[in-house]
Amino acid sequence: MSLLDYFRSNKKTSTAVMAKERLQIIVAHQRGERGAPDYFPQMKQEIIEVIRKYVQISEDQVSVQLDQNDDNLSVLELNVTLPDR
Amino acid sequence: MAQIIVVTSGKGGVGKTTSSAAIATGLALQGHKTVVIDFDIGLRNLDLIMGCERRVVYDFVNVINGEANLNQALIKDKRCEKLFVLPASQTRDKDALTKEGVGRVLDDLAKEFDYILCDSPAGIEQGAMMALYFADIAIVTTNPEVSSVRDSDRILGMLQSKSRRAEQNLEPIKEYLLLTRYSPTRVKSGEMLSVEDVSEILAIPLLGVIPESQSVLKASNSGVPVIIDQESDAGLAYSDTVARLLGEDLPVRFITEEKKGFLQRIFGS
Repeated sequence: MSLLDYFRSNKKTSTAVMAKERLQIIVAHQRGERGAPDYFPQMKQEIIEVIRKYVQISEDQVSVQLDQNDDNLSVLELNVTLPDR
Repeated sequence: MAQIIVVTSGKGGVGKTTSSAAIATGLALQGHKTVVIDFDIGLRNLDLIMGCERRVVYDFVNVINGEANLNQALIKDKRCEKLFVLPASQTRDKDALTKEGVGRVLDDLAKEFDYILCDSPAGIEQGAMMALYFADIAIVTTNPEVSSVRDSDRILGMLQSKSRRAEQNLEPIKEYLLLTRYSPTRVKSGEMLSVEDVSEILAIPLLGVIPESQSVLKASNSGVPVIIDQESDAGLAYSDTVARLLGEDLPVRFITEEKKGFLQRIFGS
């Protein structure tokens, strides 16, 4: 870093911090899908379609998650945020 | 019992082949009989980095197909008694690597060698999957940069679900992070993810940090693995990495900024 740089930088948020935050989100998302069966994305889509028959919701209001707790127990967790009336 | 080590990453150009060449050479220099295999069928390059490109006669696919035996295909390193290279085929496509074929060759190699290094191609297709399938240890080569870190995480998922150890419910592959092209100056100024950041995101133990270094290009220009250059920081960092792989507990070097002289500070470098 030269003398001139001392007057210029260090005002903005560091881009490394942005990189870390973005990565933490995408990696958490990736890990949620890891180990899920092949039919999972389609099943998730169909569950959303069924709910949509009755309530108007967008895709980000539904979270479907599969947790492998131990060897012979998997939990399918469905979270729907219903819109305000 | 031979250890099978895969050097993998998902993303291309992060330093898999450079690292494979350096680590294989380091293991052999420590007295372990080592073979390094190029799994990048159709795009072979390990031979160039190892400086044995003019001595390739038979390759990995020839051995799998029974067109040559292992002793005909293995290239003995010029510098190091205990080091051998098994080059990739330049002509055939990646599907030439079958699970049975690769397994058979690795079994044969395991009778003779202490360490078998598999230099994986980029991506998550056949070549990359075959390179990681039989592994006992994985060295996940990562640059401190978003796309490389994300792809490394994808590869960790593959190691945990698509490998032999995962399929047969054996003890999982030991996964290690090798952070390459690290620039302490840019980390300090907040432009680059730090060792701590990447370790935290990938959540696997750190095997080594290789600083961004001009010696890496010089080494590949001349076909000498960079670990041979013990005057360079990258060469020393690879030596440390190999020592840790062999169980030594060493502090990580070259992750803080070098002190600059007064004039350099004023005029820049």
